[in-house]
Amino acid sequence: MSEIQNISRRLFIKNVGLASGGLILACNYTLFSKDIESGNLTEFNPNLFVQLNSDGSLIIVASRSEMGNGVRTSLSSVVADEMEADWSRVTVKQAVGDEKYGDQNTDGSRSVTYLYETMRKMGAMTRMMLITAAAKKWQVPENECTAKNHFILHSSGKKIGFGELVDTVQTLPVPTSISYKNPKDFKYIGKNLKSIDIKNFVNGSAVYGIDKRLPNMKFVAIARCPVTFGTVKSFDKTAALKIKGVLNIIELPKIDRPFGPLGGVAVIASNTWAAFKGREALEIKWNYGKNEGYDSEKYMAELTERVHKDGKIEKEIGDINKAFGEASKVVESTFQLPHLAHAPMEVPNAVAWVQGDTCEVWAPTQSPQTAREEVLAYLGTTKDKVTINVTFLGGGFGRKSKPDYIVEAVMVSKTINAPVQVVWSREDDIKHGYYHTVSSQYMKASLDTQGNVTGWLHRSAFPTIMSTFKPGTEYPAGWEASSATDIPFEIKNLKIESGQAPAMVRIGWMRSVINILHGFSINVFADELAYAAKQDPLEFRLKLIGSDRIEDTKDPIKYDTARLKNVLKKAAKNANWGKPLPKGHAHGLAAHYSFNSYVASVVEVSMVYDKIKTHNVHTVIDCGTAVNRDTIKSQLEGAAIFGMSIAYYGKITAKDGAIEQNSYSDYRMIRMNEIPKVHVEIVESTGTPTGVGEPGVPVIAPAIINAIYKLTGKRYYNLPLSDYELA
Amino acid sequence: MTTLLINKKKYTIDIDPEMPLLWAIRDSIGLTGTKFGCGIGACGACKVLVDNVATFSCLTPVSTVVGKNITTIEGTSENLQLLQKSWEKFNVPQCGYCQSGQLITATSLLNSNKNPSDTDIDDAMSGNICRCGTYQRIKNAIKHTVELKKQR
Repeated sequence: MSEIQNISRRLFIKNVGLASGGLILACNYTLFSKDIESGNLTEFNPNLFVQLNSDGSLIIVASRSEMGNGVRTSLSSVVADEMEADWSRVTVKQAVGDEKYGDQNTDGSRSVTYLYETMRKMGAMTRMMLITAAAKKWQVPENECTAKNHFILHSSGKKIGFGELVDTVQTLPVPTSISYKNPKDFKYIGKNLKSIDIKNFVNGSAVYGIDKRLPNMKFVAIARCPVTFGTVKSFDKTAALKIKGVLNIIELPKIDRPFGPLGGVAVIASNTWAAFKGREALEIKWNYGKNEGYDSEKYMAELTERVHKDGKIEKEIGDINKAFGEASKVVESTFQLPHLAHAPMEVPNAVAWVQGDTCEVWAPTQSPQTAREEVLAYLGTTKDKVTINVTFLGGGFGRKSKPDYIVEAVMVSKTINAPVQVVWSREDDIKHGYYHTVSSQYMKASLDTQGNVTGWLHRSAFPTIMSTFKPGTEYPAGWEASSATDIPFEIKNLKIESGQAPAMVRIGWMRSVINILHGFSINVFADELAYAAKQDPLEFRLKLIGSDRIEDTKDPIKYDTARLKNVLKKAAKNANWGKPLPKGHAHGLAAHYSFNSYVASVVEVSMVYDKIKTHNVHTVIDCGTAVNRDTIKSQLEGAAIFGMSIAYYGKITAKDGAIEQNSYSDYRMIRMNEIPKVHVEIVESTGTPTGVGEPGVPVIAPAIINAIYKLTGKRYYNLPLSDYELA
Repeated sequence: MTTLLINKKKYTIDIDPEMPLLWAIRDSIGLTGTKFGCGIGACGACKVLVDNVATFSCLTPVSTVVGKNITTIEGTSENLQLLQKSWEKFNVPQCGYCQSGQLITATSLLNSNKNPSDTDIDDAMSGNICRCGTYQRIKNAIKHTVELKKQR
């Protein structure tokens, strides 16, 4: 468990960049981070800092990255609330990448889940210590003192500001038992706080990685082989060097590590445009390597063949063959989903400056510790010599967990002995990503005469994310299969299988990850079964989920089927499910559990000039305690749009080993003229706060497909809809 | 040498006249509020006002805007400031990266249309991508700004 200490007088606070002089609490947070090295016993590895200064200003260190997730606001607000701090006195300082902060990888929608209790504890302890300090100063019993909005109040009516207590509080020990606020007295948690960074976002002053500038910094564009893992055979730089602003051209080797750069030819210039132009003028011959034959269309056909045969068994209950043999009706379908690219608005980029054996980086990264490990591996230096500064991220969605672009900048800086900024073009981003996997899925189910599902077979084949970590891995990891195996349906005969799938490009995780494909197939197939059983999809689904129970998944946070049914019922009620809609409109629904949260969406669609128009999305989430309601709402509004982009347009294809798409022109996004009204309800709960950023995504595409079926009687099993000219 | 008038200030820089305005602003002048998104006019992150009209700075050679009034997100304009306040009120940004371009485009809309309909807003704003999907809030913030202006 966490242990919090008063470290105001400790020397090493300098290392985290906080000025000394205030009250600083640090916490050794080990609950979810067993792999952190324990350090020596006279010191500890704190991961979290609160600093109260004598002028009353309060600095809270954010150890997680801000990429639109609102994490700098939500986590800080928890500390401030328990502390009874005045929110207007809070500033957030972004942590550099260091193990002392614990796990900093901002992915998996888990920042608040993992840090909520610790943040509360930090705030509560600070408040208690301030009360003790005031009581001491006034020579009154502590129980006559209360904290309120940055002051300690005494029952006599006198009060003293938090800042004035700093000298006294610094000398106090940390309390051993904690008294928390009653949640009904929360003033920030569970309310609607605006982003603490909002002014900087709207006036253009927020510094993203791409905005970082250093004196004498050079700008770099890199030509990478069109085929993944291909290498440079030879190149001619004569024409490129003639371009005004181009300073130097060097070859970069490929590094064979999970997040190693792809290698290529780097053009170093005095501005980004010259670097891009210089790159266009390069003449490069490539060794395309073993992925040259990658043709995503043929590959999809192969995957599909595989899922039509027996696969590797991930889970088996009962006897599906018997169930299929005795069925009143058997339904089978095949689903095909393409690769997707993250395409965050801010392209991958990084500033690096290698000076002798030290290196400093400024980059938009979701995982500064991973970045540091990769930089260390390249430089062969020690941790204390490498600093990773985390800027704002112009979107991440999983792409910026992979620091290949950071290592590129370090390689160039080291080679030319100058500060550099590597900037990817949008085409680089689309063509050299860590793609969301491509998949084929086969599903088969049996119904009895009452329309009950008696057997369920689900077979998936997709290149695994593990192939990025261990090249040659061709079957999914347990956690990848789990979104199919942990299906919350009460079915007596169940079989979940995986098919073989070699990776031909780099496979990565993208917002909601494997839930994109399993959430799609399960929700579309369940809808198909409802119609096969001649039942209302809502009633059918509630019956399929079945009794209220805790599902036995391996996750420490348990899966409660009652909560899944609850969000589904609420979404249906909010959308007026089953009630008449305007002529030519239809509803579709989907519900999915991921990142420990329960989400259901009901969408309303129509056809306008033979194209799908999505009018309304009613989403309900149960994410336990809602920390910042406005952020949650905003994330789910965004998830609806992200899910619609997947449903309408999302498709990355490869031919002769090269990605065919280029930019937002042919890898399209939903735009304002296409948006529905998104209505969000957050279920009231005092449970553990769970994921918010990702779980809103997987329900959107299947709900749209189900609505289209209701509207047209035609079932679409593959995405995107633009392939059917419906978008 | 090329002289550009940006946010009412003159900047004289030694650059290739064919350089897109985006890179002149970001790399040569050092105003980084204007963002690179795609370089082909497909996303709108780079938009600036040229004589009050939203323009893709990534497609505009500096030679074509010499002598014109250029306004970036760091600049001032009545409509821009009103919109920024509404953006705050509706807590519009998520990652925030595209919002400079969104705000500049909305400013351009209000510069030319005092009472835009929903369709006018869609038409004006659909050249701007927000990957986080904040469109609904952008739209509400624009409509709120229009209402505020009507009440004045």
